Order: sequence, then structure tokens, then C-alpha cells
Amino acid sequence: MNITINGKPHEFAEGATLADALEQFGAPDRGVAVAVDGTVVSRGSWRATPLESGSVIEVLTAVQGG
Amino acid sequence: MDDPLVIAGREFGSRVIMGTGGAANLSALERALLASGTELTTVAMRRADLGGGSGVLELLNRIGIEVLPNTAGCRTAAEAVLTAQLAREALGTHWVKLEVVADEDTLLPDPVELLDAAEQLVDQGFVVLAYTNDDPVLALRLEETGCAAVMPLGSPIGTGLGIRNPHNIEMIVSRASVPVVLDAGIGTASDAALAMELGCDAVLLATAVTRAQDPARMAAAMRAACEGGRLASQAGRIPRRFWAQASSPGRPMEQ
Repeated sequence: MNITINGKPHEFAEGATLADALEQFGAPDRGVAVAVDGTVVSRGSWRATPLESGSVIEVLTAVQGG
Repeated sequence: MDDPLVIAGREFGSRVIMGTGGAANLSALERALLASGTELTTVAMRRADLGGGSGVLELLNRIGIEVLPNTAGCRTAAEAVLTAQLAREALGTHWVKLEVVADEDTLLPDPVELLDAAEQLVDQGFVVLAYTNDDPVLALRLEETGCAAVMPLGSPIGTGLGIRNPHNIEMIVSRASVPVVLDAGIGTASDAALAMELGCDAVLLATAVTRAQDPARMAAAMRAACEGGRLASQAGRIPRRFWAQASSPGRPMEQ
């Protein structure tokens, strides 16, 4: 299934969870937060969050700015 | 703590809030932050790419400065609310510098989206420090929604044009019952001193320090200017007069 992470398309096996996708994407272990289709999913729920084809994931972290 | 800045019940010994944008590298930023004496510093939220974060969080943690995430770059209330929620999740703080700008040329706050975002975030339990126009009406509206501080601009972000409408800042200060932080437009130390003389409780600045030729020295100048301006504000300046007034009576010789 096709999932968009930070604006780029990624292909994942059917049944992949949010945790699987983030691991494959290479998201850092700390200091990041994740939203799926505009809703924040806390770290503790990543393993229990199934993905659907077409889901849009944003992975944000703190950077210099503002 | 002598004369602390108090925001949402939290005390800070410094009245300089720093931004982190524009620094050439992390070690230059570290020297500038230390020289400024700041205890609260803002960071932006962006997409995490492979290879991890920028190291700015580790820096702030290591030198013991409180992190204030911001919503820089957001154009709509929805975008700003989601960014604040992600910052809370990523950084473990429910404080946010709320910034919702209208367009790239002015980077001026969009008042409609700003007020909407402020209401939503306050309802969700955030401590909201709102970056706002130098509009006394909007500043009061933001306070009424429950913002913990209002942060009017002196002039547009990054311009270094100083405080273009000091009278508006004075009007905002005179009616506010939450801290007023002069945010954006500061170019040099006298601008920071003026902000404090006008009665602001603190200043928030980044570019004026990070893009100065000697950032650490400019940071020290801002710290001194804030302290001087604060003292002058508390001391109470003399009224302005049209004509001269001699400080010593009469003339040396009888006429």
C-alpha cells in the first residue's frame, strides 16, 4: 500500500502498522512527533495503529528557527 | 529571584527570550545564548528527515535553557494547532509561541487565523504566547481568549527596523494584565532598551543577534539594554518639555 511520509510516497506491505512505517522510514528514536491524516498519534500508540493505503504521515522535530 | 519575569506562574530571571533562527552554526548559537543570559528560547518545528534532528534541542538541554516551541511558518489556524500539538508530543511542553503569518513578504500575523488558533489552543490546555500585530484591540482580544502573554511586533520579522509605532506598544502595555513581550523587528540594543522603557515585560529576538557580525557581543548588548530599559521604566522618566529648563537656579552674577 502507498503511504505518504513527509510529502514523499512510500510503499509498505499490507497490514503494516505506523511503527513499521516509521522504522522503515528511519525516523529518529527521540524528539519527534507524528501525525496521521492530521491527527497526532502518541508514541505509545504507534504499534497499535494500522495504516490504510493513502494515509498521509507527518514526522516533525525541533529545528533552529523562529 | 530579584524582579523576575512571570509568565503563567513561571518565574524567569532574564527578560531576554531568544530565538534560534539565523545562527551560522550551533557553537555560535551557544555562545550567543549564554551571553544573552536567556532562560527561555524558541525553536521551530519542521519535518524530520533521515539522519535525525538538528541538535538544537540537545544544546538547549545541555546549557539548561527552557525550550519554547513555536509555530513559525504556519499560515492557518488548523496548521498552527496541529504544529503545537506535535510540538507538545515531541518536546513534552504545553507552552507554545503561537505564530500564524499571512504572507511571505510581510510575515505579519493574520489576525483572524491567529485569534482562532489561540482560542483552540487555550481550550486544549496550552500556555499560549501569541505573536501579534502592534494592534491594541487585537492584543486585548488575545488576552481575553486566555493567552498567557501577548507579543506585539516592533516591525516585521527580520527587518531590524526597530519599534515603528511606540505609541501602540504603550497602549498595549497600559491595558494588558498579562506580560507584554516585544517580539520581532529589534535591530540593535537601543531598540530593546526602548521596548523595556515603553513598559514591555521582556523582548524576544533572534536575527538581531544571530546575524550580527559578533553575535555573542550583540547578545551581551541586548542583555544590558534590557536591564537598563527595565530600570529606567521602573525609575519613571522626566516629562518631555518644549523649552529648556535650567538645572541650576539664576546666573552667577547679579544683573
